[in-house]
Amino acid sequence: MTLNGSEILVKVLLEEGVDTVFGYPGGCVLNIYDELYKSSDKIRHIMTAHEQGAAHAADGYARATGRTGVCIATSGPGATNLVTGLATAYMDSVPMVAITGNVPNSLIGRDSFQEVYITGITMPITKHNFFVNDVNQLADTLRRAFEIAHTGRFGPVHVDITKDVTAALCEYTPPTAEKKAQKPVEYDNLEEIAEVINSAERPFVYCGGGIRLSGAEEEVQRLIAKADIPASYTLMAAGVLGYGDRNNLGLLGMHGMYSGNKAIFNSDVMIALGTRFSDRVALNGKNFCKNSKIIHIDIAKSEIGKNVPCEYSVNGDIKDVLTKLLPLIKEQKREKWHADIDEWKKHDHVPVDVPEDSHELKPHQIIRETCKMAGEDAIYVTDVGQHQMWAAQYISHVKPNSFLTSGGLGTMGYGYGAAIGATIATEGTRPVIHFTGDGSFHMNLNEACTAVSYNVPVITVIMNNQVLGMVHQWQQFFYGRRFSSSEPERATNYKAVAEGFGAKGYHCETLAEYKAALAEALKANGPVWIECLIDRFENVYPMIPGGKTVEDTIINNPEEAGK
Amino acid sequence: MNEKHYLILLVENNAGVLTRISSLFCQRGFNIDTLTVASTDNPNISRITVSCFGDETVYEQIMSQTEKLIETKQVISIEPEHAVLRELLLVKVETDSDNVDEVVRTAAHHHFRIVDSHKGYMVLETSGSPEKIERMLALLKPFKIVEMCRTGATALEKGKVNYDLDN
Ligand SMILES: Cc1ncc(C[n+]2csc(CCOP(=O)(O)OP(=O)(O)O)c2C)c(N)n1
Ligand SMILES: [Mg+2]
Repeated sequence: MTLNGSEILVKVLLEEGVDTVFGYPGGCVLNIYDELYKSSDKIRHIMTAHEQGAAHAADGYARATGRTGVCIATSGPGATNLVTGLATAYMDSVPMVAITGNVPNSLIGRDSFQEVYITGITMPITKHNFFVNDVNQLADTLRRAFEIAHTGRFGPVHVDITKDVTAALCEYTPPTAEKKAQKPVEYDNLEEIAEVINSAERPFVYCGGGIRLSGAEEEVQRLIAKADIPASYTLMAAGVLGYGDRNNLGLLGMHGMYSGNKAIFNSDVMIALGTRFSDRVALNGKNFCKNSKIIHIDIAKSEIGKNVPCEYSVNGDIKDVLTKLLPLIKEQKREKWHADIDEWKKHDHVPVDVPEDSHELKPHQIIRETCKMAGEDAIYVTDVGQHQMWAAQYISHVKPNSFLTSGGLGTMGYGYGAAIGATIATEGTRPVIHFTGDGSFHMNLNEACTAVSYNVPVITVIMNNQVLGMVHQWQQFFYGRRFSSSEPERATNYKAVAEGFGAKGYHCETLAEYKAALAEALKANGPVWIECLIDRFENVYPMIPGGKTVEDTIINNPEEAGK
Repeated sequence: MNEKHYLILLVENNAGVLTRISSLFCQRGFNIDTLTVASTDNPNISRITVSCFGDETVYEQIMSQTEKLIETKQVISIEPEHAVLRELLLVKVETDSDNVDEVVRTAAHHHFRIVDSHKGYMVLETSGSPEKIERMLALLKPFKIVEMCRTGATALEKGKVNYDLDN
């Protein structure tokens, strides 16, 4: 069957089971868009306000479903607008395929109108990228892109296609080769590792985002229950441990629980699962848990020993490794170890509740009420800053793939696009709550128009502390309260702006008002913004300053900083 | 310890693969000392020999980060004593009627090839292990070197080797 490049592109998207793409049209992708128009009964195209929004939406789609997200942009500025979205997805190992058009073959390399050497730009922020200037290569390249995005350690793949290719004809052959069956993997040190865990006195499980990507939540929980091992999670692994489980010591790292940070520091054996020992957890790489034997299990060989050296390592899929490890693990109880931890728990930061009608709205209460009202099924998406940390600390239930946050890159402006992508991916069957800050939201709130166009019922909770809170907190603690450019004194009327976009808006100053607004929002069938006024000196506690250890934790008083 | 290490990378012979590899080295802060690249008897495969400095952990990171690239087929770490390492040296020395005989004598004695002689300039060539190249260069110290270039090491492991290019 002879088809043109754009038809082939759509064929391959269908082969790969793609039902939705996010994007923005332009000159070099006109042929592709023409074909998308003709195939709109099979593939839904969501046009965002900005290509960055499309990239984050594809990312949100992928994180919420586990399937590969797809976004499309035109050459030049369209393509460069994807860059932050690709870098965000790359840092968090999100499976994505980004397709860009480029100028016709004859104009490549001539600084033509809207020509950018985009594969040169995306090379270090994608798992792999391709430049296609021959239609005969198109189908297989696209297939390979989908395969790469969704195998091993997931990641975004970028395919740049010249305009000629999108029009040129070639013979289309449906995929023939059966997908290669994965060779079963053997691990030669599991018995040794099991022995180390079985004979440990103070073991600890350090949970990373790889657990989510591997779908190994259940195996991890079984390990923790069977061997009675306390555990904490990184930002990327929020939701992999059962809430209310005694062994779940909460968030780890810079803004993690004191007791959890203390426990990992005092452990004799640490089992690190699907994590890269980032500097937000191993704040001081050299001294991080230097007294504990580290067992590192990760699918990426390059992560093993990268930031922190380990005694034992297994390079493999966590679910597979744990399934084989579990039978070797001895069932036991560790009361003595728990007693130590219970002692540390007494020093954990406990936020103070205020009455419902108090005009001092508290972030932890907003989040708790949201969890209660949105129910077990909700998907939570955050932007970046204090509100993100509060969300990670206080959300009291999360299903797998339901806490979407930019962990590695920390991209302000990630949230709205991602929340739209997640809502569309789940067809509005699950409440989607987007916690954002006044700073982050201003970056991409223009996506409200997308949410309105497609009737996307995203609930955006704006924690408006009128400051770039996370920056403000550092300036308060470490820069003598010189609040350089963190108190922008914006005069935005969120309710009016929401209405201006055609969305619904609420302004809340008490918890009672918030609950009433949220109750209405949960019933709405389009986007809603709920602005909550928060004190600008509301800080994230506890905090371990960068480069320091748990012994330097600031529990709840800025005076403790710099001691 | 900052030791010199040698690596062989077998990579897909695609446009841009060298950029990808050098960009990766640069991004990760790995110090490349030399790098040679050319296609092989298998037209789909290019072979790159890299020498770099770094301690053992840096070196292991270089290996695994390079392995992570989609176009990398295999990364082989080589021990100089189990491999044949060779590089090519070209040196241009200035000659005049006073020293030309001395240059020719030195070249003959130490097995340099005189590959060009042109109005007061002579180009000498030699090849050998990187250590030998250092020694050979030192022998030319007495003369006025106006230009020189060396290729950097390229290497083959001794004896039977197992390549796994299917993945
Ligand atoms: C795109 C981008 N620019 C700058 C930063 C640095 N940064 C991190 S948190 C933060 C403040 C965020 O403010 P806001 O969204 O209001 O959240 P808050 O901390 O007040 O909850 C800034 C500027 C970033 N992470 N991302
Ligand atoms: Mg703020």
